[in-house]
Amino acid sequence: MLKEEPDIIRLFSRKRSANRPHGSGLVMIDTRKLSFDYIRRDKDGEVEGVTRAVDDINLQIEEGDFIAILGHNGSGKSTLAKHFNAILFPTEGTVFVDGMDTCDQTHLWDIRETTGMVFQNPDNQIIGTVVEEDVGFGPENMGVPTKEIWERVEESLKAVGMYRYRKHAPHKLSGGQKQRVAIAGVVAMHPKCIVLDEPTAMLDPKGRREVIRAIRALNDVEKITVILITHYMEEVIYANKVFVMDAGKIVMQGTPREIFSEVDRLKSIRLSVPQATQLAYELKQAGLALPDGILDEEELVEALCRLL
Amino acid sequence: MSIIVNHLSYVYSQDTAYAVKALKDISFQVEDGEFIGLLGSTGSGKSTLIQHLNGLLTPTEGSVYYNGEDIFEKDYDRRLLRSRVGLVFQYPEHQLFEADVFSDVCFGPKNLGLSKSECELRAYEALKLVGIKDEEFYVSPFDLSGGEKRRTAIAGVLAMKPEVLILDEPTAGLDPKGREEILSLIRRIREDTGMTVILVSHSMSDVAENTERLLVMYQGQLVLDDTPRRVFSEADYMREIGLDIPQVTKVLWGLRKRGFPVRTDAITLAEAKAQIMRLF
Repeated sequence: MLKEEPDIIRLFSRKRSANRPHGSGLVMIDTRKLSFDYIRRDKDGEVEGVTRAVDDINLQIEEGDFIAILGHNGSGKSTLAKHFNAILFPTEGTVFVDGMDTCDQTHLWDIRETTGMVFQNPDNQIIGTVVEEDVGFGPENMGVPTKEIWERVEESLKAVGMYRYRKHAPHKLSGGQKQRVAIAGVVAMHPKCIVLDEPTAMLDPKGRREVIRAIRALNDVEKITVILITHYMEEVIYANKVFVMDAGKIVMQGTPREIFSEVDRLKSIRLSVPQATQLAYELKQAGLALPDGILDEEELVEALCRLL
Repeated sequence: MSIIVNHLSYVYSQDTAYAVKALKDISFQVEDGEFIGLLGSTGSGKSTLIQHLNGLLTPTEGSVYYNGEDIFEKDYDRRLLRSRVGLVFQYPEHQLFEADVFSDVCFGPKNLGLSKSECELRAYEALKLVGIKDEEFYVSPFDLSGGEKRRTAIAGVLAMKPEVLILDEPTAGLDPKGREEILSLIRRIREDTGMTVILVSHSMSDVAENTERLLVMYQGQLVLDDTPRRVFSEADYMREIGLDIPQVTKVLWGLRKRGFPVRTDAITLAEAKAQIMRLF
C-alpha cells in the first residue's frame, strides 16, 4: 500500500554508512584545543561578560566524510561550524582546514574556497533574479573564466537536481528548491567541504527529503566532505559519524547507530531520537528482544519480523 | 460557532501580470475549543489562509464570519478582532523589540487601550503561563535562549487574551526539547483556558499526537478536512501532495505488508506500541 516515489526508494536504500567507504585518511578539518568566547560589551565598550561557546574541542574530519553535528539550541554547533571557514577565529587553540591554519591571513580566501557554507534560510542566501545567474555568482567572484562558470553552473544544478529550473526566478520556487539552489551556488565554487547549518529547518517534508537527497549525492557522487548540523534526528542516519555537543563540548561521538542506542543520554541533553527508534526503545523496555539503535521504520520492521 | 470561512478565494497582485491564485474556494467551520492542525507543503496557501482569519488580508471573493458577524463588513471592528484571534507568526521572536521582557509582553494589551495595571497583570499572567521565570522579566529579550525568546513572543499574544490562538510553525528551528516544550505549552494553554487552537505544522507526528482535526491544503485548495486518523490513512495521497505520514504508521504498514495482522490506523507512538505488542 505504502507506495514510495522512486527517488525515495533510493533515499531509503540499505547502502548506509557501514558498507560505504568513507574517510580517505586525509584530514580535512582538524581542531586542536579549540575554544571560543563571545564577549558582551556595554554601551561604553566595557566588557560585561564572557560566554564560552566552544570549549576545548579536538576533532578530526577526514576528506570524504559525511559528518552530522547534533546539539540543542545554544550548545555551540553553529559557533564551531563558523570556525571551519574562517568566519570566526579561535580564542584559544588552532583550526586547520585542509592543512591551513585559519588564523593565517594569507590563506583566508583559500580557506573560504575550500569550505562552503549553507545556512538555514534560503531567502537570505539567494541574490540572483534567475537561478543560473545566482549559482554563477560565486565562481564569477572567484574570477573563474566565463566559459567555465557556465560549465560549473550546469554541473552543480544537475548535482542538486535543479537543472531544469535554471531559467526560473528563484523567488517563485518552493523552499526546498530554493535551498537546493543555494547549495548549488556553493557547489559551483568547487569546495572540498560543505558545512550546512540546519538547511532543512524551514522546509516541509518534501523539501526536506529533496535537500537531504541532494546533500547525500554530493557526498556519494561528488565526494565532497559534508558537515550537516541539524535538529532533525531522522536526517542524521546517513552520516558516517555523528558528533553530539552540549555546553560547548563534544559529549558523544560515534556512528548513528551507536549514538541512537543511548536514548536516555540524548534526552538528558535536550535531544531525541527518530520516532521509529523511540518506538523500538519502548518496545524493548516492554520486553521485546530488539537490538539497540534501530535507525528507521524499515529496520524496525525487519527486526520485528525476525522476532515473530 | 466561532469561525466560518465561506467560499474564500484570494488572488495576490490581482489585475496585474503577476496575479497568483493563492486560495481557491475554501469553506470550513471551526467550533469553539477545537484543536486543529493545518498541514500543507510550502506555498500551499496556509499562511495566506490564516491571515484572513484575523482580517489581515481581505478576500478577493467569499467571506469570513467570526461569532456570526462578517469580519469584512465596512464597520466591523477588525482591531478588536485581532485581539480575539491571536496570530503567532513564524519565528515570532524576530518581532521582539522592547528593552526588557516584561515591557515587550505589555505592548499588546497597551495597544488595546487597557489601564497600566491591567496590562501589567496580563503580562505577568502570560509570562507565568509560558514558564518564564521572575528573574528574567527585566532582562533584554535578546539575552534569552531561542526557546525562551519564542515563549516570550507567544506570551505577547496571550496577553491580549485571545479566544482563538493561531500558531504558524511555532516549533521551527527549535531543538527537540524546545519543540516539546512549545507543544506542551500549547496543550496546557488549551486545558487552562479552553482556547480554540489552530496549529500550522510541517511535523506529521506533532499533529498526530496533539490535534483532533486536520485541515490539509494543496495548491490553494482545502483537499482534506478530517480526523488525523482518517487523513493519515491516505498515505499515498499525502506523499503525492508533498506531505508524509507519521513514522510509526509506516512501521505498521511495513508489518502489514509482511502479512502480520496489525491495524494501520495507529498514528501515535502509544497506539503503534499497543498494536505491535498485541502480536506477541
